[in-house]
Amino acid sequence: MTEIGLGHYLTLGAVIFSIGIIGIFLNRKNIIVILMSIELILLAVNINLVAFSIFLGDLAGQVFTLFILTVAAAEAAIGLAIIVVYYRNSGTIRVEEIDKLKG
Amino acid sequence: MNNLNLVLPEIFISLSIMFLLVLGVFKKDSSRLIFNTSLLVLFITAIITLNETYSVNRITLFNEGVVIDHMSSLMKIITLIGAFLVLSISSSYLKTFKIFKIEYPILILCSVLGMMVMISSNDLIVFYMGLELQSLALYVLATFNRDQLKSSEAGLKYFVLSALSSGLLLYGCSLIYGFSGSTNFDIIASQLNSNEYVLTFGIVFILVGLAFKISAVPFHMWAPDVYEGSPTSVTLFFTMVPKIAALTVFIRFLYVPFLNLIDQWQMIIIFLSIASMLFGAIAAIGQTNIKRLIAYSSIGHIGYTLAGLATGSNEGIQSSIIYISIYVIMNLALFSCLLMLKRNNQYYEDIDDLSGLSKNHPLLSLSLLVILFSLAGIPPLAGFFAKFYIFKTVIEQSMYFLAIVGLLSTVIAAFYYLRIIKIIYFDKEKERYDSDHSPWLKFSLTFSTILILLYFIFPSQLIEVVSRINII
Repeated sequence: MTEIGLGHYLTLGAVIFSIGIIGIFLNRKNIIVILMSIELILLAVNINLVAFSIFLGDLAGQVFTLFILTVAAAEAAIGLAIIVVYYRNSGTIRVEEIDKLKG
Repeated sequence: MNNLNLVLPEIFISLSIMFLLVLGVFKKDSSRLIFNTSLLVLFITAIITLNETYSVNRITLFNEGVVIDHMSSLMKIITLIGAFLVLSISSSYLKTFKIFKIEYPILILCSVLGMMVMISSNDLIVFYMGLELQSLALYVLATFNRDQLKSSEAGLKYFVLSALSSGLLLYGCSLIYGFSGSTNFDIIASQLNSNEYVLTFGIVFILVGLAFKISAVPFHMWAPDVYEGSPTSVTLFFTMVPKIAALTVFIRFLYVPFLNLIDQWQMIIIFLSIASMLFGAIAAIGQTNIKRLIAYSSIGHIGYTLAGLATGSNEGIQSSIIYISIYVIMNLALFSCLLMLKRNNQYYEDIDDLSGLSKNHPLLSLSLLVILFSLAGIPPLAGFFAKFYIFKTVIEQSMYFLAIVGLLSTVIAAFYYLRIIKIIYFDKEKERYDSDHSPWLKFSLTFSTILILLYFIFPSQLIEVVSRINII
């Protein structure tokens, strides 16, 4: 049995981070999915920071994580508000149909 | 803690924000009052910054998380003055669109507070908090005209791409924290020798995030859409103020913790710079909307600023700061003209709407002529000197390729600026525009045009202020 080390946590973080990035770019359906992908990216960063913090024996990383969690909540709130405003004006939140500004 | 007075500007502005919010809730129809109070708050904060921090050489506060030095105080003052002027000229625009609400000045104050925190950050956590405070306020500002489809779409696009860039930036922060063991810039600088390659990885992520924020190519795709869709006064804010803060962070981040890794990041900055200069010049040619054109031109100008940063010398930093200051003034002048193109309660923002402007509005056309010549970099206007300082330092560091590309893109960019001048002076005239502008608008246009025109008489003033900045 191999022991779970820093590398495993970092790999998990990198995988979740990549899923988040790919989710933003491949997603053609719904803006809510983009919001979820952004959330995934931030959580991947949190996994990284907590893992580093444990293995370095330094608390700053966990403090940073708490800040990121707070900011992520605020960001999700503002994001949803903007989506509601957009939906009220256009009647759709499909990604393909957000193309009024072009050039 | 006798150093608390050094953060007095931030404390004052945050207390004012809370006070104004409460005032806005309890007093009815207070938008005019809050608007004027916010102007006063920005003005007082600028004076406090000037008084308290201007003579400080370099002091760190809050466990070295915040740094006050010449660069931070200068950039804070430019940010505050910029925000003051933007706020002062936006009132008539907001009233026309019936969005003259209490939230607008308060959101501007919030984002200015975020920028001030960013500018003096010396720690990844402080930097991130400032950045987010700034962008959360800017998301809402971009969507501010919320009954209009274009504005809400601009806000949505800005939100998605900016949140993505924050994510990338944070991932970089986590890597740097993990492999240097600290979030503090000074400590990171002393831990560089180990794990150089992983740290480079982290730097790349953070640079991508920051390049998004200053809209450098290839991370510029949000800028034209957001600039076009947002209300014009917000676009003006976007093109001026956040760029100052982001540039300061760029400088501090590259030159404080990672100066020794210059071989790794120099090529990235050179690439960003060349790509932005060329793309900004070429893509602007086919535009018909002035705000979109300004977006591309601002991408180009960011390219020149980055060229100064790429040199890795103190003179390079100083020339970048001079460039961004002059650019801010030119942008303010250009947008003041744009806000004057109003007829029957409607604003016009296409290049065609400028045709024959010189017949009906000779003074406005003359100042547009000066501004556009200055943006194109024609001597003896301020824009020429800005470019001159950049190219001088770039050539001194023998980066000839960068200088040649920069000069070439200046020539290309001159084409579309001159095309606008041709449209103003030689095309068929259209209806007259209103001429009853607010005194603030007239003041800011006159003030900035005179600064652009007469900069060559007193260039030493700005150089003297900037030459005190000593990062390396």
